[in-house]
Amino acid sequence: MSEVVQPASLALAVSRPKTAPFDWRRAVPLLLAAPLLVYMLVFYALPVAAMLLRSVNDPSWTLANYAILFEDVVFQKTFWITINTSVTVTLGCLILGYPVAMGLVRAKSMAPFILVIILLPFWTSVLVRSYAWMVLLGRHGLVNEALIALGMIERPIRILNTPLATQIAMIHILLPYMILPIANALRQIDPSLIRAASGLGATPFMTFRQVILPLSMSGMAAGTLLTFVLALGFYITPAMVGGPRDITLSMLIAQQVDQLNWAYAATLSAVLLATALAILAMARKLPGVGNAFKTSMR
Amino acid sequence: MTVAGMNGAGPGPIGRGASVTLSDLEKTYDRTSAAAKAVDGVSLDIRSGEFLTLLGPSGSGKTTTLMMIAGFETPTAGDIAIDGKSVVAMPPYRRNIGMVFQNYALFPHLTVEENVGFPLKQRGVPKAERAKLVAEALELVHLPGYGARYPRQLSGGQQQRVAVARAVVFKPRLLLMDEPLGALDKQLRENLQLEMRRLHADLGITFIYVTHDQEEALTMSDRIAVMNDGKVAQVGSPEDLYDRPDNRFVAGFIGESNFLPAVVRGLEDDVVVAECEGTLIRALCPGRPASGERVTLTTRPERLRFADGTWAGTEPPQNRMSVTVTEAVFAGERCRYMLRAGDGTSIVLKEPSSAAIRRRAVGERAEIAWSVADTILV
Ligand SMILES: Nc1ncnc2c1ncn2[C@@H]1O[C@H](COP(=O)(O)OP(=O)(O)O)[C@@H](O)[C@H]1O
Ligand SMILES: [Mg+2]
Repeated sequence: MSEVVQPASLALAVSRPKTAPFDWRRAVPLLLAAPLLVYMLVFYALPVAAMLLRSVNDPSWTLANYAILFEDVVFQKTFWITINTSVTVTLGCLILGYPVAMGLVRAKSMAPFILVIILLPFWTSVLVRSYAWMVLLGRHGLVNEALIALGMIERPIRILNTPLATQIAMIHILLPYMILPIANALRQIDPSLIRAASGLGATPFMTFRQVILPLSMSGMAAGTLLTFVLALGFYITPAMVGGPRDITLSMLIAQQVDQLNWAYAATLSAVLLATALAILAMARKLPGVGNAFKTSMR
Repeated sequence: MTVAGMNGAGPGPIGRGASVTLSDLEKTYDRTSAAAKAVDGVSLDIRSGEFLTLLGPSGSGKTTTLMMIAGFETPTAGDIAIDGKSVVAMPPYRRNIGMVFQNYALFPHLTVEENVGFPLKQRGVPKAERAKLVAEALELVHLPGYGARYPRQLSGGQQQRVAVARAVVFKPRLLLMDEPLGALDKQLRENLQLEMRRLHADLGITFIYVTHDQEEALTMSDRIAVMNDGKVAQVGSPEDLYDRPDNRFVAGFIGESNFLPAVVRGLEDDVVVAECEGTLIRALCPGRPASGERVTLTTRPERLRFADGTWAGTEPPQNRMSVTVTEAVFAGERCRYMLRAGDGTSIVLKEPSSAAIRRRAVGERAEIAWSVADTILV
């Protein structure tokens, strides 16, 4: 919207004396966005602010709620599990997603079909997908039955309600967020660069290492960031398929809310939000990531 | 993989340049449809150390031919031999061929130094040696001191030089170039044409150069292969192609030509006598056309003169024709006349301009003359 209005108003700004009356055309973008802005302010920003406020003014103005976190073993364990799960899931997505992104970019007539398969999980709710994983990973689920049939195990092993189950299900759910930015970066690599590398003596592997991988770095950074930040806040999946003692930060928050421990829940929420923001802020410093974000949103 | 002749820049037993033989080379991109062949039976013998240009209009199969030599496309039929050994089954990274792409294909994430060093790195040349060779190559293309820059910080001409340096730094015996000057402005292009010639003389390796610009081809090449519709229309030195085109396509594509319809009346040794516009014209002819056959004679506009002009001590040429001036254009260094022969054939004549030569007026009748050696039956 602003692209449309800006040039005209810029031209006006040049020709117009400084004391000119208010230019309504400048306000148009803002007016168009106003309903959404008001909605977000009332139903999102204010509740979040109110919630966060509780971490410092419940029962009275204090930072004690944060101070106790330093001695809080439950919090520390939970925080560690959350980070650990997010890192593992992100790495899993990167390793599994990169080849898929390459396949997607190289496929010609098959590309739309592959894209649909990648996006399919987007069209199903997280709840349904997590239930599906419960069925697949259960004691008598497809995975156990298959492993037994193949003779790799003798009796069912415990997969459901372990950290592994959480990781498997979360990787599945988050894969598209990794694949799409990487595919986008790969698609922008000029094919003549690959030919040039090959003509200059690089084997396909050398070309991958020295040309394709570095040129897709921005996509990998964007995908990693997106996946990691989303993984930090996961709640339903670890709650449903994860182990009973493997509690993530979001699960702990929900639990505290249930017990009406508002101040504690608010403090944990603030920590989770701060962690995500800190990671985004750090990543923005990496060269190319800002751009990668813009292009991956196309 | 080791570099053949990495340290030995001097001529080897078979010369510094590779010889390339294309035999009945064919390429069809789309096998499913009855699509035309992009390359259709190309046979060429490219000699060691030669500067050979593939010249032809857009879509004539030049790039496809080059890509098959480099190994990026697989021939549908035929063979490619480098120094007598077939390379059709060899992947590009083993062929040891230098290549300059039209868009240069410089690696955007690498500095100039790293770009030029890229082929050396792949060949396992140690770092110190690499730095030395890179510096030499940048010197060769007149870009010393630019090593730390990134490609996007260079002008088009500078990028082109980096691409050339990268293509020759590992001392390949064959350099392929696909319209390497196509994206540059005219002035720069002319400078770089001369530099390419110099580079060719310095390196002594075989160059295969692709262009659609006939002037560029004539200026730079030892030999030119004119391509049309996936086939080689004619191969020869620039003089051969200009003075003795084999066919109408070559005569029309390289330089400007007049085409005169004629009927063969007889043969005198290697000269054919044909009747054109009611007069007898003599032309050089490689074959032996039969009497009465309809043919086309071709001649260059700048080889025609008005018959009443001066002939600078030489005998007036043998071929003559009466014409009417239909258009006269003064274009600085020369005057360009459009003429009409008796039954309507238009003829272009270019005359060097001189204040001493009388300019012809439109509507004036005149006689033109030109020599038999400048008349070719195509
Ligand atoms: N990758 C390709 N796929 C299908 N057809 C192609 C491809 N490359 C070239 N062609 C076709 O092959 C013919 C020759 O093309 P090309 O070799 O690029 O000619 P030039 O370089 O002389 O312009 C053209 O008709 C072109 O459309
Ligand atoms: Mg081409």
